[in-house]
Amino acid sequence: MPTNGETARQVRIKDLTLWQRTYIPEIVKGMVLTFKQILRPKFTRQYPEERWNPPSSFRGRPVLVEEEGVERCVACGLCARVCPALAIEVQGSETDLEKERYPIKFEINMLRCIFCGFCEEACPEEAIVMSDEYELVFTDPEKAIYGKDRLLMSADRLRPRLEFLRRAR
Amino acid sequence: MVTITLDGKQLEVDGKRTIIEAAREHGIEIPHFCWHPKLSVAGNCRICLVEVEKLPKLVIACATQVADGMVVHTNTPKVVNAREAVMEFLLINHPLDCPICDEAGECKLQDYAYKLSVGYSRFDENKVHKPKRVALGPHVMLDTERCIMCSRCVRFCEEIAHKPQLTFSQRGDHVELTTFPGEQLDNPYSMNTIDICPVGALTSRDFRFKARVWEMSATETVCPGCARGCNMYSWVRNNEILRQTPRFNPEVNEYWMCDAGRLGTFKHVNSDGRIKAPLMKKDAGVVEVGWDEAISRVVSEIRTFRKNFAAIGSAYATNEDNYLFQKFAREVLGTKHIDFMRHVVEGEQDDILLREDKTPNSLGAVEVGVRPKDGGLSFDGIVKAIKERQIKAMYIIDDNVAINPTVAAALQKLEFLVVNSSLENETTRLADVVLPSSTFAERHGTFTNFQGRVQRIRPSVATLEQDRALDGFAMSRLDAFGTPHDRWAKGVKRDARPTWRIIAAIASAMGTKYKYNTSEDVFNELASTVGSFKGMSYRKLGSWGMKLKAGVAVPA
Repeated sequence: MPTNGETARQVRIKDLTLWQRTYIPEIVKGMVLTFKQILRPKFTRQYPEERWNPPSSFRGRPVLVEEEGVERCVACGLCARVCPALAIEVQGSETDLEKERYPIKFEINMLRCIFCGFCEEACPEEAIVMSDEYELVFTDPEKAIYGKDRLLMSADRLRPRLEFLRRAR
Repeated sequence: MVTITLDGKQLEVDGKRTIIEAAREHGIEIPHFCWHPKLSVAGNCRICLVEVEKLPKLVIACATQVADGMVVHTNTPKVVNAREAVMEFLLINHPLDCPICDEAGECKLQDYAYKLSVGYSRFDENKVHKPKRVALGPHVMLDTERCIMCSRCVRFCEEIAHKPQLTFSQRGDHVELTTFPGEQLDNPYSMNTIDICPVGALTSRDFRFKARVWEMSATETVCPGCARGCNMYSWVRNNEILRQTPRFNPEVNEYWMCDAGRLGTFKHVNSDGRIKAPLMKKDAGVVEVGWDEAISRVVSEIRTFRKNFAAIGSAYATNEDNYLFQKFAREVLGTKHIDFMRHVVEGEQDDILLREDKTPNSLGAVEVGVRPKDGGLSFDGIVKAIKERQIKAMYIIDDNVAINPTVAAALQKLEFLVVNSSLENETTRLADVVLPSSTFAERHGTFTNFQGRVQRIRPSVATLEQDRALDGFAMSRLDAFGTPHDRWAKGVKRDARPTWRIIAAIASAMGTKYKYNTSEDVFNELASTVGSFKGMSYRKLGSWGMKLKAGVAVPA
């Protein structure tokens, strides 16, 4: 198949027959293809009325797993360290809970995030996982920085992903 | 001297050395937890096992003296196996706390687990649990589970701090580190136990959970807490000092520093009490003004009060600041009344590190010329002369002299007072013009300690006019890759300048050209004019500093 102008000019057939010059055979070929497609099943999804539910292996936006009202995270900072895009900022602090340490601040800059899932892989507590949410909209760079308020998600809601991770490990 | 063979290398070593010392002198590190170059040998961690030919069993390198003809192997399969076994034992009851532990990232056990361990555990049973979060003293937190019973902290308290406060109780895997009954770990050097703890058993209560160690940059600098001038690292994240740790210098502080210097010398750098902009007293009260306005006011006042000035240098300022200040005082202010205030707390001194003189640079101030000469008045004389209205104006750098009420009363009688200061204090409140000067953590320069050792300080916190990358600061990964849009790279930068630069600007505005671009330029001039600094340069001072030339007469 010629790809640039020069080669194309070389293989061009200049002398078409009268029958070919009417374009009728090409039109017929095209219409046959079109009518074939009409009879086949449709693939178009009526988004946003009809939404897609990703499989558990899908890497949506990273979230913090919440159990019994508390995040699992111990603010070890490994996700922030491994993040190739430096999207994550964690500030630890002390808590009376048994885990001793918790993130007083946990922010992910969704403009920096590249959905690679390294944070999830590095996490020793299975506290940050990739959710099934893929709709991210913001109108201001500041609003793209998600704090704990938007990152916490209950473990029940994340059950399929957590089970997927157990299977994959 | 004896000859030993270490891993096939012939070494000439002192016959009194142990194997681990001899190896270390020749750049070969034998793994160790309990051994420390400045502590007695305990020989309890067993990780330093090495094979010595003709000996039936492996021996510990820390407690075996070298002998002529000794042949030592540190990496034979037998040794490697033994180390793996020791690591396995140490890790049996060690909790998997690393994500929570402040030591993670600078932990010997963690490092050796990667280097010397097999990478998995055969231990299926339950670990022994012991108390966590035990406050051993005002500054040190103990996690008993993490302790590997190396006894470094116990020996430190006994041998270095001369305050036996720690000991072990119980036996076997129930051994616990505790303080003696009724005792606290509260000696003035208690936080050194945190540095020498090879695991996260002893951690700092002040720094607790503030940052992970790999997020910070470490800058080689010197503690300004007393005349000792302990060498230290300043650890900075997002332009804020989070902790300070001692840096080895055999001539000054070896491996140690005191708790007061470690905790008490950096918090003011980040405090709200910083002078944020040049301040000027006007009819409407004290107002913030621009640098140009403040400097032109100082210039016009100097023209008015020239020859009626007194100049107060500072033992807190660098040699460069003091040198340029006394030069400025003599050439521009036209005064010979130059001195500085001493801050000596009698009795607060010991044979370890602490000095009575609570300033880092009083010897340096004297040496570079901040002292009355040719009939100039001393500090007390200046205070008296103000009361008698013989001195009408004064320039003070980097010192809160008004902390003394007598001095404060005298300062009120001045017609004009200009102060360089980093912090708001009694003196700045009396001043007509305050010029914000940078703190020790934001300046290049040198201090001279009580031994006459000239040591470099380096900035770890950037001011408005500095850039971490362009000005050669120590950089963490976050500093290197952060942009102005990242919240974690937006640490406050303050509008402050080093005193020598402020003084050079005023002198230039007066028509006396002081052409210095860096503090190194000032230091080079100082080294060529002050005899005892002869031959010194920033490069030669290096990490450990140089001693002042003895016997060089201070120029009159």
